[in-house]
Amino acid sequence: MFELIFQNPIASALIALVSLSLLFGAILGFAAVRYKVEGNPIVEQIDSILPQTQCGQCGYPGCKPYAQAIVDGDAINKCPPGGQSTINALADLLDIEAPRLDEEHGVEPDVKKVAFIREAECIGCTKCIQACPTDAILGAAKQMHTVIADECTGCDLCVDPCPVDCIDMIVVEPHLSRWTWELPGVKPLQLIATDKLHQGQAA
Amino acid sequence: MSINEFFLILLGTIFVNNFVLVQFLGLCPFMGVSNKLESAIGMAAATTFVMTLASVCSYLVDHWLLSPLGLGYLRTIAFILVIAAVVQFVKMFMEKTSPLLYRVLGVFLPLITVNCAVLGVALLNTQKAHNFFESTLYGFGGAVGFSVVLILFSAMRERLAVADVPQPFKGAAIGMITAGLMSLAFMGFTGLTAH
Repeated sequence: MFELIFQNPIASALIALVSLSLLFGAILGFAAVRYKVEGNPIVEQIDSILPQTQCGQCGYPGCKPYAQAIVDGDAINKCPPGGQSTINALADLLDIEAPRLDEEHGVEPDVKKVAFIREAECIGCTKCIQACPTDAILGAAKQMHTVIADECTGCDLCVDPCPVDCIDMIVVEPHLSRWTWELPGVKPLQLIATDKLHQGQAA
Repeated sequence: MSINEFFLILLGTIFVNNFVLVQFLGLCPFMGVSNKLESAIGMAAATTFVMTLASVCSYLVDHWLLSPLGLGYLRTIAFILVIAAVVQFVKMFMEKTSPLLYRVLGVFLPLITVNCAVLGVALLNTQKAHNFFESTLYGFGGAVGFSVVLILFSAMRERLAVADVPQPFKGAAIGMITAGLMSLAFMGFTGLTAH
């Protein structure tokens, strides 16, 4: 049979190409199953940059849905708690230009605030506990509620649901236990004359 | 194979017979990807990997299938098949193992498939009757030559982008002229012979 193939060039060419195609098809089919990618790993990477306040100011019910929306093409400048530094980090990850924060979704808080419940007025209704996205409020029905300051991200979603209006947003004073270096990219570097020139443009 | 021949092949493919500037293969990604240095480095890395792998696989297909059956005339189509399959495999592998790298380089992989330098390496290997090791080295050397020139050129283009170039020449025009000048410079290597 092999003599037939060697002597008949058309048959040998056909068999060679077909067998090559089948071989590569098999290899690629195996690879498609073996290296199958579940979901979209880039969503997790975007989500790890977002501040996890779950405040909803971007218009999505949490940071993970916003990360998914960014992958689907939404703008990256909708997160006020993250601020410009988050926008820059996202732009770096996605290899696009970093826009200014979209003011429509809120302004970047220049001071960090946490919620504080005036316990004398608290009636123990649990409405603020249900509203808190980071589970920072301690309490139960008809028990005293209090805010765990370390967990509070200052998103102020708890202020509105309170029926007796006993929640204040107080400023966190800088303290040795809480101090960190300022994140890079927040203030644009102004070393040479042209930096001042481009001050008004996006980073 | 002596150390002399080793360096001869390597230096030959990187400088004397540089794939982009002397043999004029692979000009499309050379002009297209050289706007930013980071993407040029990424493209260079991806091309090196694909070119070496494709060169090896093409040699194997030619040595075990095409030459014994006397099917030399099928080389072009068979090598294209090999290269496309290799690139597709690399794409799937990269997407699984490094999603960030995939997001950066994934757009270049189809570009590498149709890069004539990759097909050129495969065909030149058969033309020069290289053995297995020489084919691998030739593919690797060609890819390194491509990478070196691509990175140099993109570094220059980044500076050209902010330089005071006359309006009609801005962008691709000055890039082409610069590439031509680089090619002239590389002509200086033709004197580099085995003696």
